[in-house]
Amino acid sequence: MNPLRLSPTPRVLAAALLLLPALAFAGCQASRGEPVAESAADAPEVYAPEIRGSERAVITRAPNVPPPIARDYATRVIVELETNEITKELADGVQYQFWTFGGEVPGPFIRVREGDMVEMRLKNHPSSMLPHNIDLHAVTGTGGGAEVSLVVPGKQAAFTFRAIKPGLWVYHCATAPVGLHVANGMYGLILVEPRGGLPRVDREFYIMQSEFYTAGAFNAPGMQSFDLEKAIDEEPEYVVFNGRVGSMTGENRLQAKVGERVRFFVGNGGPNLTSSFHLIGEMFDHVYGEGGTDVSQRNVQTTVVPPGGSAVVDFVLDVPGRYTLVDHALFRAFNKGAVGILEATGAEDANIYAGQTTRMTDYAPAPSATGAAPSPAPADSARTRTSPPAGGY
Amino acid sequence: MPRRQPDTTMNRSIAPALALALAMALASSPVAAAPVRAVEPVPAGMVLVRGGIYTPLYRSEKEPDGVRVPAFYLDATPVTNADFLAFVRANPAWRRGRARALFVDDGYLRHWPGALALAPGQARQPVVNVSWFAAMAYARWAGKRLPSVAEWERAASAGASGPDGRREAGYTRRILAWYSRPTPTALPYVGATARNFWGARDLHGLVWEWTSDFNSALMSTDSRGAGDQDGRLFCGAGATEATDALDYASFMRSAYRAGLEARYAVPNLGFRLARNVRAAR
Repeated sequence: MNPLRLSPTPRVLAAALLLLPALAFAGCQASRGEPVAESAADAPEVYAPEIRGSERAVITRAPNVPPPIARDYATRVIVELETNEITKELADGVQYQFWTFGGEVPGPFIRVREGDMVEMRLKNHPSSMLPHNIDLHAVTGTGGGAEVSLVVPGKQAAFTFRAIKPGLWVYHCATAPVGLHVANGMYGLILVEPRGGLPRVDREFYIMQSEFYTAGAFNAPGMQSFDLEKAIDEEPEYVVFNGRVGSMTGENRLQAKVGERVRFFVGNGGPNLTSSFHLIGEMFDHVYGEGGTDVSQRNVQTTVVPPGGSAVVDFVLDVPGRYTLVDHALFRAFNKGAVGILEATGAEDANIYAGQTTRMTDYAPAPSATGAAPSPAPADSARTRTSPPAGGY
Repeated sequence: MPRRQPDTTMNRSIAPALALALAMALASSPVAAAPVRAVEPVPAGMVLVRGGIYTPLYRSEKEPDGVRVPAFYLDATPVTNADFLAFVRANPAWRRGRARALFVDDGYLRHWPGALALAPGQARQPVVNVSWFAAMAYARWAGKRLPSVAEWERAASAGASGPDGRREAGYTRRILAWYSRPTPTALPYVGATARNFWGARDLHGLVWEWTSDFNSALMSTDSRGAGDQDGRLFCGAGATEATDALDYASFMRSAYRAGLEARYAVPNLGFRLARNVRAAR
């Protein structure tokens, strides 16, 4: 037997054995044929501490994030989610029949600590047409919990899993046809904090991108139905943050202060499109790539967030302004809805960004150096300059 | 308890099943007269569904591509609350509060204001919140049986003008549209949707329906340990093993069936009954 795979009870013994390099070597090689662990620190030891007490999970709706976990021990965390099917606005004047966790798209943000025992209770509202379930990518076990949580309307089920792997994980409904349940809004994020916590920041936000395949074109008013052909062709009418066009613009914009360090927990529900997540006018100081626990890169402009995946980014707001969140696949941002605003208020700092230093003035290029003389200006030159070129813009 | 015996072989007592129903808002074009010669009069309130081939969404390599479904009679509409009340009056053991917990869960007939009372308008609505056991008992009392998954799917796959609705424009879209909406607070009366080719109504668009073998065609929540059945309905595996990856309506019915247990009472799950066609002479 591989000592690395021992059950939690003899864990301490296993750790002791790992101090013997020869044993660790034999164990790794014999069972899996994978590269040999270079040290005990690399061994995939399961962190399964003693559980003390229990508590209800604090869950929040986007863009809010539950507070960091203050505990330094593992506990039993009870998470209750209700699935229901509700009509809400996808954009101003556009309604859609969403399938949801908790009546929201995305579903609530769940925050637990590495080593916690999570009791997941899933309730399907009696008015639901369909059965639903939940597959949390934070679960080590068959189907991520999907099989044991399948509930028909008016029923509930519960299952328990140990959050053995820290990271930012997507959860979603996995009832057949899975793509349809996801396309209609059934996803969210669960953060498993590393046992030592995350570096402290001043503000945290929950942002989840996804796309919608409506029968009507973008912004076509009224109730919109799901279009299966568009979903299969991966041609959405809407690509949005946090479940609707305008979820983070206007009065809903994110707000922070100059000097604050801000963290985004970014997820992508998909179901199809990979996000090129970008914040116009800022750089990500740290990116925890793919939602893992290490800073994978510093000073990043655009980070990739795949469907069913995530990323954690943080940055300091050095100067005031309005910073625009986009999927930098730009027609999604400006034609399909994937836009949000982060407003930073505070003192200007001309050392970093001086703003406009020269007033708008006329600009007339010198005659071309390549020899071709500019054609004579027509009599009505002003109008010519302001007319669009042939073919239009 | 039921007093009459079914007139058919009921060899599936372990395999409850639900069929699903959905709504096709098919235009109520007149049903083409089925050119079928019945050897006996079609029983009142039922329609004749001719024999044919049913292709399961999932099947093992050992199974044939299609299942032969002999002709059968099927109720034209689902069983109503009034129908079920008559059964409960005649069979006190099936009253709410008296029925055994082994056979019904806490949701049994929850929507009735009293154990033997209906709210205004409920009489003509389809009965829901009935377990598979209760539906089986009703069937025995009524001298009929639950349809099998294959029979139910055979009947429900008909469109307005033929036995295979998938060939008709809008058929699948209408079914998916019904699946996409939550259950209305007040269910419509039975018979409100258009007749299909066989003359049956409400197979789509009203409530889901139990079938005799709902948990045999697939796995149930209790039998997921069985080999390749694992995970078919969940992320990934489903599409590769299905006979038609685009048959989203079938996926949804399969998922619904998989979520059921025989004692469940569910707010949008009712049933209708079937009968064998007696062989000529």
